[in-house]
Parts: sequence; C-alpha cells; structure tokens
Amino acid sequence: MKTKLRSAAATGSGAFRSDESAAVRAIVRKYGFQKRAVIQVLQDLQERFRWLSPDLLEAAARELGLPLASVFSVATFYKSFSLAPRGRHICTVCMGTACHVRGGAAVLEHFERKLGLRAGQTSSDGEVTLERVNCLGACALAPLAVVDGRYFGQMSEAKADEVLRTSLQAGNSRPAPQDGRRT
Amino acid sequence: MKTYRTHLLVCAGTGCVSCGAFGLKEALEKEIARRGLQDEVLVAASGCNGFCERGPLLSVYPDNIFYQKLTAVDVPYLVEEHLLKGRPVPKFMYVPPAGKAPVPRMSEIDFFKNQRLIVLRNRGRIDPEKIEEYIAFDGYEGLAKALSAMTPEDIIAEITAAGLRGRGGAGFPTGKKWQLCRREAATPKYIICNGDEGDPGAFMDRSVLEADPHAVIEGMAIGAKAIGAAKGFAYIRDEYPLAVARMGIAIAQARERGLLGKDILGTGFDFDLEIIRGAGAFVSGEETALIASIEGQRASPRQRPPYPAQAGLWGQPTVINNVETWANVPSIIRRGAAWFSGLGTETSKGTKVFSLVGKIRNTGLVEVPMGLRLRDIIYGIGGGIPGDREFKAIQIGGPSGGCIPKELLDLPVDYESLTKAGAMMGSGGMIVMDEETCMVDIALYFLRFTQEESCGKCAPCRIGTRQMAGILARIVAGEGRLEDIDALETLALTVKRGSLCGLGQTAPNPVLSTLRYFRNEYLAHITDRSCPARVCKNLITFFIDPEACVGCLLCQKQCPAGAIRGERKKPHVIDQAACIKCGACFNVCPAKIGAVKKSTGAGGRASAGESPARVEP
Repeated sequence: MKTKLRSAAATGSGAFRSDESAAVRAIVRKYGFQKRAVIQVLQDLQERFRWLSPDLLEAAARELGLPLASVFSVATFYKSFSLAPRGRHICTVCMGTACHVRGGAAVLEHFERKLGLRAGQTSSDGEVTLERVNCLGACALAPLAVVDGRYFGQMSEAKADEVLRTSLQAGNSRPAPQDGRRT
Repeated sequence: MKTYRTHLLVCAGTGCVSCGAFGLKEALEKEIARRGLQDEVLVAASGCNGFCERGPLLSVYPDNIFYQKLTAVDVPYLVEEHLLKGRPVPKFMYVPPAGKAPVPRMSEIDFFKNQRLIVLRNRGRIDPEKIEEYIAFDGYEGLAKALSAMTPEDIIAEITAAGLRGRGGAGFPTGKKWQLCRREAATPKYIICNGDEGDPGAFMDRSVLEADPHAVIEGMAIGAKAIGAAKGFAYIRDEYPLAVARMGIAIAQARERGLLGKDILGTGFDFDLEIIRGAGAFVSGEETALIASIEGQRASPRQRPPYPAQAGLWGQPTVINNVETWANVPSIIRRGAAWFSGLGTETSKGTKVFSLVGKIRNTGLVEVPMGLRLRDIIYGIGGGIPGDREFKAIQIGGPSGGCIPKELLDLPVDYESLTKAGAMMGSGGMIVMDEETCMVDIALYFLRFTQEESCGKCAPCRIGTRQMAGILARIVAGEGRLEDIDALETLALTVKRGSLCGLGQTAPNPVLSTLRYFRNEYLAHITDRSCPARVCKNLITFFIDPEACVGCLLCQKQCPAGAIRGERKKPHVIDQAACIKCGACFNVCPAKIGAVKKSTGAGGRASAGESPARVEP
C-alpha cells in the first residue's frame, strides 16, 4: 500500500487535461452524483485511463463532493485499482489454489524472469505490466495465464515463451521485452 | 416462431470460452451455411455445463448427443457425418478411461450420471441471454406463485420447512434469516446477492451467474416479497466479466417483461435490482464488509450483532444471501418444501454445488445431494487422480477450510461432518491433492493469501497471520525448529479468538488441519530437512539420470539459468551451484524418457552429488 502512495505522489502534477475533466464529470453524472458510487466511478475511470492518477482522484473527489482522503482510502484498499501507470499489455498469472497445486508459482517465476519484472511491476518502457490474480475461476485450465484478456491454459515454461512471443509482438511495432537475464 | 430440426448448443462458460468455444461456434455457423442447412439447424450458446476439463463442449438436440474437445478443424467432418448423413461421430465423444467404448449421451457419462441438479438445472440447455428460454423451463413460475398465491409469511414458512441453509459457507438457516428481517419495523429494507466469490479454486457462483442468471433474479424477487424490500443489489466480483455481463442482460430483459420494476405481474409489488461490481478484495465476501463496499467505503467488517437482517445496508434491515442460495429459492417455491427436504441429510437439505479442481481427472462443476461421500465425488464423478498417482488429501472450504486425508474418504459431505473433520463447507471449492502436493506448502499458500487479504482491522488477524506465514516460510525453506509447531498452534488459537469476522476466525484452519492430519510432513521438513512431496525448493535437488538421458538438449535449451551442460546424444549434467530449481528441465523432459529426477533429504542430496561425478570425464 505504501508503494502505491509513493508512486502516486511521484507521478502527480502536470496539466490536467480537459478531456479527463469532462470524463470524470460524465461518469459521476452517470451514477447520479451519488457519493456511494465512488467505487464504480473509480472503476470506470480506471477502465478508461488504465490507472488512477492523482489528478483523476482529485477530480473524482471534487465531483462527488467527497474529501480526497476518503477517495484515496477506497482507491488504496481495493486491489483492482492501480495508482501507478499500467503497461499497454497486461500479463496476469493466476495464483488460485488449483493453479498452485499444478505449478502456478513456477509459471509466475518464469514470467518474472522472462520479462525482467516482479509481479505488480510495469516495464520501464510502459509496454507490459505483470500481475498476479487470486483466482479467475477457470480451474480446468490450470495453470493459467491471461495476456490482454486472452486466456492461455495448461501453461508450461515453453508455452509461456510462445505466449509472450506472439502476444506481445502481434500488432505491436516495438520488440517484445527481452529476457531480463541475458541482456 | 421459426422451428429448426436440430439445435447445436455450444457451451459458453468461461472454461470453454477460454479454450475456443466462440471459434467453434463461428466455424459451425459457417459450415452450416455452406451446406445450406441454416434454416434447419440452429447454433446457440449455452451456459457452463460444468465438464470444463473436456471443453469446448457441444450438445446436439433432439438427438441428445454430447461431443467434447471439439475444435474448428473438426467441424466440416462433424457437420457432414452427423447433420447430413445422420451418423453421430464416436471419435468426438467422451471415452471413459481404461479403453471403454465412447459414450454418446451426457446423462450416461459418469461425471454427469451421479449429479442431481437443482441450482444448475438449466445448465447447458438454455441460452442464458434469452429470458424466453428460462421461462420455457418453468422460469418465473415460482415468482408468480409467490406474488399471487402466497403471503410473505407463507414464503418464509416454505423456505424454513425446506431446510435451506446459506450456501456461502456458514450454513445459517435461510428462512430464519428472512424471518428476522421480516420482523424488523424499519423501512426501507434491502436484498443483497453476495456474488463476491473470492475463494481461490472456487467458481460455483460464477457458473450459476453465467449459466442461469434469471434463477438468481427470481430468487431475489421472491426474497424481496418475503421481507418487504423494493430494492436489491447484486454484488459480483469484477474478475468475472462474463457473469457481470450476463446478469446485466438478464436484468434488462426481466425489466422489459415486467418481471422487475413497478407493479410486477400486476400484483402491485415493486422490486428492482442493481449490479455492483466488486473491486478485488477477498474480505468483501464477508457480509458486513460487502455492505460497507456497496456504501462506497473500504470493505472492513464490523461487529455483529446487530446482524444485517436487523441493521444492514445504510443501517436498514437487509437480507444478504449467496448466489447459490438465491438460485435454490425459485425451485423450492415452485415444487414445495417437501420435495426439497426429501434430498440430503437430517441437517443439510437439498444439494450443493462444488467446484472439483486440482489433481483430478474431471475438473469441473458438480451438483450433488448433501450427504454424498467424498469418495463418490472424487472417484465416482471426478474420475480419480490423473496418472494414477495416489490421493493424498482434499482441501474443502478455501482459505477458511481444511485438508481432509484419505482415511476420511467415506465422510459424508454435509455442514456438520465437514466442520467436525476440521474443514468447512465454505462456498464449495474442493481441491484435490496427490502425493506430489506438499501439505506444508499448501498451508503456507493459504496463510500468505489470508495475510494479504486481511483488512488489518483486528491486530490478531493482521499480525498473527503474518507471523504464521513467516514461520511456515521458514519450515518450507528447511530452517524450521521443533518449537515452531507449538508456536503455530498457539498463534492459530489467538487469531481465531481475537478476530472480528470470519476471515480471521477461520484463517488458521488450513494450518490446524494439516497439522492434525499431516504432522509427519511438518516433522520431515524440520528434522530431516526433506520435503516428502518434493515440492519445497530449498529441500529438493534436480539431477539427470545418465542411464536414461538421450542427450536431446531440450532441457538445456529450456534452462533459464544456463545450469545444464552436455552435448547432443550425450548425457547432460545439472550444475547444482547454478541451478535455481525452477523445474523447467523436469517439465520439459519427455515423459517417456523421464531422465530428469527430483530428490529430497539426505539420501537425495547424496545421489545428486553422485550423478555428476559418474559422468564427468
């Protein structure tokens, strides 16, 4: 939680774009300006902007008529909110129990090595974020990884390499992140 | 209405969708159009069938033929043989293990044969996005009966007589909960559906919401009538996008048909429903935390009493029930309490849906009468352990539950028996473990989970789970001490007693139950520095058997640490100092060769030390 706060502070400031301001207002209006809708408002904002910048949080607080502290306390409590920018590609490894007993931890470690990232981190070029999730409920596919919304089941080290190669390169002019170890 | 001679139902649960169900559906539609059959054959999507291991699944009606593991490539042959020539295709059917003949009908497959469907009665036979199909199978009949022919007291009496208990875990009698809320004078009152299914390894609620969302809506509307509520909330996990989408469609359709909104069915009863998406916090599955979350706050549980039935959402009387509980309600009202209570045991009535996952042949979703033996679920329905490895334990109840060993395989599955055995019904996740699962590692897995998910309000839970996870991590790393076991037991009791909500009160269960049944494994880690299941990295060694190795270089290519030396067609060697024990070599070595081995303990270390020496020049 502490790292979340720090990174939010570090990336703050900068001109708040008018489209962001309009988006916040439109979303808050959609929920009838109800204070109780703060979680839904933040969810919609995150969907649109991929992460919650300090400016967005401030605007949400203002439009909802809530103290910034309460918006912040909600944003830091729930796991779906990211207070740091997320990558263009999201790579999620399931850590559910079924995945765990079928070797999910090794799959996550493999992704960490290949991407040179720890779970929860984003590559410095903003291309890819590696995340872990507690369970996606698709246990027949265990161990499971999801890249940009596509599910890949029965993961192994070799399959993970293949998935990274195809998913991160397809429709993407930048090269896939290199193996952290070998560069 | 247009009629078709044949209906093809493609399973569109998350499992099948993830392995290509929509591609299959598209291929079927194309091939059928190409053959000019589009006016005779209809392709539709259905909810989850539960046999996720075998996806993508296809059911053909009225022929009642069940195909599994179908891909787009199989489609032209299937359409030609089955739909044009009328010859069902055995090679796409389910074949039971031990080389028996293919089974054409779903109802004859062991996995389905022993199930009894109430909650999942519509699975695989209706399109969950079409309210007409739900209505065609007696949908909303229960609501019509409740609104036109029953008083709220009648409804509560029926649910009480049925013996329905909460399916979310604790098993509180549903009728009693409704009665408590009914008695409260304060208004307005609220109805909540708890669809924040956070238990890892459990997906019952997801499946119900995806396969039959109207059953939940109907159940909630009946509950609303019983307690006198006009507004309801369906709180669904954000990690279940398909469930959220299907529920949204279902609510909109129910509104269009006048089954939600003002003056439902002309009876003067008003009720409407709103979806709230969860935001990724396990603790929000706890009822008071979930209520705080709907109110737009952090999901921290609060002291009970007062119970939500007395003072819940915004301090108003609120009935909160789990998805599966709600989905039971329409059938009870429609078919009567006597029918429902005829199933199950003395204290646990009806059926329970379980997700059967882990080291099991038929991963999937099963609904069985309460009181069935574990053995019948694991071997009868689940088909046993893959690779004919030995069953070790079954973990029931998620992070709140416990591990049940093979000595108790004949245990009947009901609320009381499970609790007595140190597990709990929980929401119904069953994770099967075999000889290759380390019980200390599993205990650590769950403790890390609860530690991370503890909201931090109660110190014993916040600090205690951290301490317990720390001790377990030490044992797993081979640095455990004998007194650690006593420390774990003391901490466990403190966390249990000193926590406000179910999360903390049950968090130590995975440790206590593994200590109770698998103390030897703990001792092996501590005194022998060995992991009998060969899982814990610090206690195992990977080595290559030079006799078996064919020198194919596969493991060398896969090794991320560059720790494997060797040339083509010569036995390879693992450099133990460089090995990071990721297991990549073990996984990539072809099963029929099996040259990469794992060993543990003193004997293992010796053999690992020996093997390189034997092949060094």
